[in-house]
Amino acid sequence: MKALKVLVVLFVSTLPFCAGAVDVERVISPGGIEAWLVQDHANPLVSMHFNFKGGSELDPQGKGGLANLAASTMDEGAGDLDSQTFQRRLVDHSITLRFSAGLDRFSGQFKTLKTHEDEAFDLLRSALSEPRFDEEPVARLKSQIQSGLRSDSEDPSVIAFTTLFQGFFKDHGYARRSKGTPKSVDAILRQDLINFVKTRIARHDLKIGVVGDMTPKRLGELLDRTFGGLALKPGSAEAPEIKAMSHGRVTVVEKDLVQSNIIFGHAGLKRNDPDFYIALVMNHILGGGSFTSRLYSEVREKRGLAYSVGTSIYPLDRAGLIIGSAGTENARVAETLEIIRAQWKRLADGGLGQQELDDAKTYVTGSFPLSFTSTSAIARVLVAMQVNDLGIDYLDKRNAYISSITIEDVRRVAKKLLKADMLDVVVVGNPEGVVSKP
Amino acid sequence: MTRHLFTLCIVCLLTLFSGHANAGVFNPRTFTLANGMQVVVLPNHRAPVVLHMVWYRAGSADEPKGKSGVAHLLEHLMFKGTTKNPDGAFSKKLAQHGGQENAFTSHDYTGYHQTIAADRLEMVMALEADRMTNLVLDPADVKTERDVVLEERNQRIENNPSARLREQAHQTLFPKDHPYGRPVIGWRNELASLTREDALAFYQANYAPDNAILVVAGDVDVHEVKRLAEKYYGVIDVSPVKPRRDLVVKSPIKGGETILTHERVRQPVWSKTILQPSLANGPNERIAALEVLSEILGDGGTSRLYRKLVIEKQLAVNTGTYYDSGARGDGRFILYASPRSSVDLEVLANAVEAEAKRMLDEGLEPGELDRVKSRMVSNAIFARDEMKAGAWSIGSALASKHTIEDVEDWPTRIKAVSEQDVLDALKGVLGDPRFITTKLLPEPLKKGGGS
Repeated sequence: MKALKVLVVLFVSTLPFCAGAVDVERVISPGGIEAWLVQDHANPLVSMHFNFKGGSELDPQGKGGLANLAASTMDEGAGDLDSQTFQRRLVDHSITLRFSAGLDRFSGQFKTLKTHEDEAFDLLRSALSEPRFDEEPVARLKSQIQSGLRSDSEDPSVIAFTTLFQGFFKDHGYARRSKGTPKSVDAILRQDLINFVKTRIARHDLKIGVVGDMTPKRLGELLDRTFGGLALKPGSAEAPEIKAMSHGRVTVVEKDLVQSNIIFGHAGLKRNDPDFYIALVMNHILGGGSFTSRLYSEVREKRGLAYSVGTSIYPLDRAGLIIGSAGTENARVAETLEIIRAQWKRLADGGLGQQELDDAKTYVTGSFPLSFTSTSAIARVLVAMQVNDLGIDYLDKRNAYISSITIEDVRRVAKKLLKADMLDVVVVGNPEGVVSKP
Repeated sequence: MTRHLFTLCIVCLLTLFSGHANAGVFNPRTFTLANGMQVVVLPNHRAPVVLHMVWYRAGSADEPKGKSGVAHLLEHLMFKGTTKNPDGAFSKKLAQHGGQENAFTSHDYTGYHQTIAADRLEMVMALEADRMTNLVLDPADVKTERDVVLEERNQRIENNPSARLREQAHQTLFPKDHPYGRPVIGWRNELASLTREDALAFYQANYAPDNAILVVAGDVDVHEVKRLAEKYYGVIDVSPVKPRRDLVVKSPIKGGETILTHERVRQPVWSKTILQPSLANGPNERIAALEVLSEILGDGGTSRLYRKLVIEKQLAVNTGTYYDSGARGDGRFILYASPRSSVDLEVLANAVEAEAKRMLDEGLEPGELDRVKSRMVSNAIFARDEMKAGAWSIGSALASKHTIEDVEDWPTRIKAVSEQDVLDALKGVLGDPRFITTKLLPEPLKKGGGS
């Protein structure tokens, strides 16, 4: 029985990715625009993800939330079409078109039926190159964003997250929320939005992933029509590199809550770090694995301290992080933090068995294809592969990156990375026995 | 990190699908095992992945009086172990093979699901079939897990003013002691006193092959699924389950307005919830008309309520409607709105109702109905793109006493809706005396909108 299990496990770790189901093609349009394509003609639809380098970290001082407001208003009227006409074209043709602004990137998500493909790509072109930013929709979206920000100001997890990042990043753009503040959103003018599109929506560093009922030839035409008119180079400066500064700070934000919201973290690895995959497996063991991680087992399963507890690696473009969170009743916050720090230290000190590592590796390889169950999910991965420079054969190679990790690798990276006494902690609630320590 | 994440929002989640993803498009293959277990297979060969789900026709509405929360506590305890797979072996084995899993409980059903490489289907079936009847519970584990669920309740309800308001208001939407009036996660005092015996009693009364539905979607062959289902589930003994109680509301409800004022509220919200037919008790034509009505009146940035109240009159930051047709008991039609700062909540509430009445008085605009129906029907194509959509739609329908035809004939029913049907449905919504309203308000001293 035991031997059989080992065989099966080995088989998982060498399972070729998706056995020919996902075949990634590099498409270069006649005009020189690149997209990665997976053809899938099972359903008459096309999904596309794309993004431009540079996110809310580049928002000007005092105008935090600019990229986010642009994302919210670029589909509210463009070219000859006012907001309501544009929106109705989208919904009546069942076209999904959504922009979003993260800290590092400005992204778009797009889905259309094959029958409305021309109309859909044309609306996208128009939103990217000639958004109107009429007074009414801009004012309306500002009021919606500000309403959301006011609600967020009392949301325990948002407070915790924002406080942690402010500690890490001080004056860097990463310390600001990408949605800005009610005041900074107020300060954004129509001209700021126009400048944003002119300087930031550029072909340089545009990454595109397409999945669905599409041929390379047809995609080439559509790419030129849609993105061909954009400026070649962006006009903004790059944000500076920064290291997350933590030193074991504890911040208690007093709120009248039954359950304290705890968040903790310190510097981690960036996506392009040679040890990234080792950190991925290490994190799975520590707190990433949903029902099998050490934190899940120690905090939730054995002691019933929390409903949710876990960690994730958080690789930003200019700084790597490892962050975790837990929610526990006020009286048991101190106990929970003690367990988390002890687990942090145990792994840093090399406490790790071969079986635990093997299980983590088979999970990290075996679970990867599970999300590949919609065109949109695959398109998102195609963009991430390009952004992180993983190579077009990444899907075939990824398993080998994980399989070759040894116990010494994880011990080395855990020792280098996990510093229990450097963990910054934010607690939002009424915790007992925990006080702020600057 | 989030097992049971869907537990309480499952109703919203599924309504999203039952409104949009249902279609004569999933083309499921179905059969029933000799012991009465129904099986649904949805082949989809995009990736070599399989979704395996078991739905039990038992949710919090099936709990004995005084034991609220036991269906959901049992859902947590189902991961503890059996004689053959003790000490959380289920989750460990699944993770070793790269699988992912979760579980959920609603008023109407409880479900368990795993996603994994398609060639591991047999292993997953063996594990799930084992825990259908062989659960072993250690008293200490039950106590610890009850603490976890109490923390889940803290996280979802106690810390969240709008969830607390919803919990309070639901008691007035249903007659006294109606199970839909109590929260799926359970009242705190009842939950805190649940025992191992309570959980096992619910398990023995409800977990049986003839009270379960197996749904398998993904890269599978129907004959192979049948062979495996017979091998693992087909051998489990039938264990007669008592008929489920009728949930359709027949006595008067309390009704009225529920107000919650809280210092952590920064954006006021008004809502009105009206009891309406669901697939359980309404003619299918009326259900389809209510779905079209909800789309026209309150779905998204081109809907009537949004155009009038957010764009034209600038009274609201947001507004919309929501219709839940998939319940085993009555459905709910909900109107809601959040005011812009300095707008009185009562003024906004009146404006929402006035806009709905205007539609009744003036009828639809030319072309409006066809546009909305055609986009609703196209959404069925997008539903097929997602491996899980058909599994969730059909699983929840069958577990709530609806039929596969209810799901599969959805586009036909939507296409058949006429203007008069929509207006009749609206008349029914506005004229039904079985409604409640809620107001979520900030503390009076703090600045912000509201009354």
